[in-house]
Amino acid sequence: MSSLKMFLRIALVVAASFARGAEPPASAGEQLARGTYLVTVAGCNDCHTPMKMTPEGPKPDMDRMLSGHPETLVMTPAPTLPPGPWLMTAAVTNTAFAGPWGVSFTANLTPDRETGLGKWTVRNFSETIRTGRHLGRGREILPPMPIPMYKNFTDADLAAIFSYLQSIPAVKNRVPEPRPPVAALASAGS
Amino acid sequence: MLRTARHWMLTALVGASASVTVSAADVPALPQHLRDTGLYAEGVLAFSPQYPLWSDGAVKHRSIYLPPGTSIDATQPDAWDFPRGTKLWKEFRHGRALETRFIERTANGEWRFASYVWTADGADAVLAPAAGIREMPAREAPGERYAIPAQDDCRACHEGAPVPVLGFSALQLSPDRDPLAPHAESNGAEANLRSLVDRGVLRNLSPKLLTSPPRIKAATPEARAALGYLHGNCGHCHNDEGPLAVLDMTLAQRVGSPGAATDAVLHSVVDVQSQFRSARGQTRVAPGHPASSVIALRMRSREPTQQMPPLGSTVVDTEAMALIARWIESLPTNKSN
Repeated sequence: MSSLKMFLRIALVVAASFARGAEPPASAGEQLARGTYLVTVAGCNDCHTPMKMTPEGPKPDMDRMLSGHPETLVMTPAPTLPPGPWLMTAAVTNTAFAGPWGVSFTANLTPDRETGLGKWTVRNFSETIRTGRHLGRGREILPPMPIPMYKNFTDADLAAIFSYLQSIPAVKNRVPEPRPPVAALASAGS
Repeated sequence: MLRTARHWMLTALVGASASVTVSAADVPALPQHLRDTGLYAEGVLAFSPQYPLWSDGAVKHRSIYLPPGTSIDATQPDAWDFPRGTKLWKEFRHGRALETRFIERTANGEWRFASYVWTADGADAVLAPAAGIREMPAREAPGERYAIPAQDDCRACHEGAPVPVLGFSALQLSPDRDPLAPHAESNGAEANLRSLVDRGVLRNLSPKLLTSPPRIKAATPEARAALGYLHGNCGHCHNDEGPLAVLDMTLAQRVGSPGAATDAVLHSVVDVQSQFRSARGQTRVAPGHPASSVIALRMRSREPTQQMPPLGSTVVDTEAMALIARWIESLPTNKSN
């Protein structure tokens, strides 16, 4: 086989692998940098880092970076919205959201082993995002988590995001379980 | 009304999720009709697991096909190796046949999952969309509605275990069947370890499992049935080998080491704090107190964010819940069972 044919064959294989969405393996440093970038621009902090009020308006409290809804902030029952186009109410921290699905609380994404993702594997994380189910096989991840968009991350991107999340400071914070819709609670007699 | 609104919201915001996963170009696409999957071919064998999965009271009929001349390798007693070309079907009936689920190990060694929906007159069953059908009318099903799982839903349960075939295993096909197992069916019960070995379709099974057929080790017959129910309904996800091993909770039995398996189950749930915090309880299994045991609370719930199992059921299994409650009430407080 001529070197030209060999080159073309290799080029085809490489092109085909990129066409399937595969990406060249990254070094640990490159992967971490990619994960840092993706978490920053994908807006993870907007909901998973509690907001605090400042003179300039609400800003993410980076001392609690990506630790989810604070367990110390016990939410009262959500206000009932009047008929109309309003759909959702949000906590002052932007970490709890009430809507037709009930009340959802953003998860602790830090590597704390008991209350965060410290025991998770990259498979757990990728399957959660891909399927929209907790750990890939549990309850559905609730709105407003943008699963329909995030499920399009490549495997390499999800691995990079996970590697970054495992590198940040662990914060012990046990996020409450989601609350069912009021109607479901009433019918269950709770 | 609100439930409808909720489904709408979830559909709109979470979106349909499924994708066909046949990756090898030489594997043909799934047939459009059930009749073309090979279900009615010669050599298809009916079987019945002794601890069946609860499916809202549906009557189920299961079948397996192995290509001629092939056999299942039982070298690993709890993770049988099925030959390429293996096919399994499970028909679900509520009054009439509604759905037949299909699993196949394709020529490239991968597993694929599909569902076929029966027409109302029972004349045909057609391949369901990969995203499933969230609700379809079914007059004799609970709530007059029936759900077809998405292919991702199939994977959620079947790929949580060491082998994606869940009901065709050494424990499930033991001739020493549990007389207290809820909802056990008799059709296909003749397909057991002995008959499979005699037919030559099961090889390398430990002789010990023929002379002393698999049986869950438990303190009482009721505890055996309860542990069997948890194995058949929960253990495919909640085990110590699959992706949910990170939860440090196993409900799976192992015929290779039945005593150790039961010990592992009890050690991981009895008096162990749950990560799921309920106002009614925070312990996975609180001996003597089923009403405050999180496992029982979640099995008794059908609120979508709390229920166990999280998919595949909208109706509580009251017969099983009574069994689980009696088992929890009977548990001593020192984990010795």
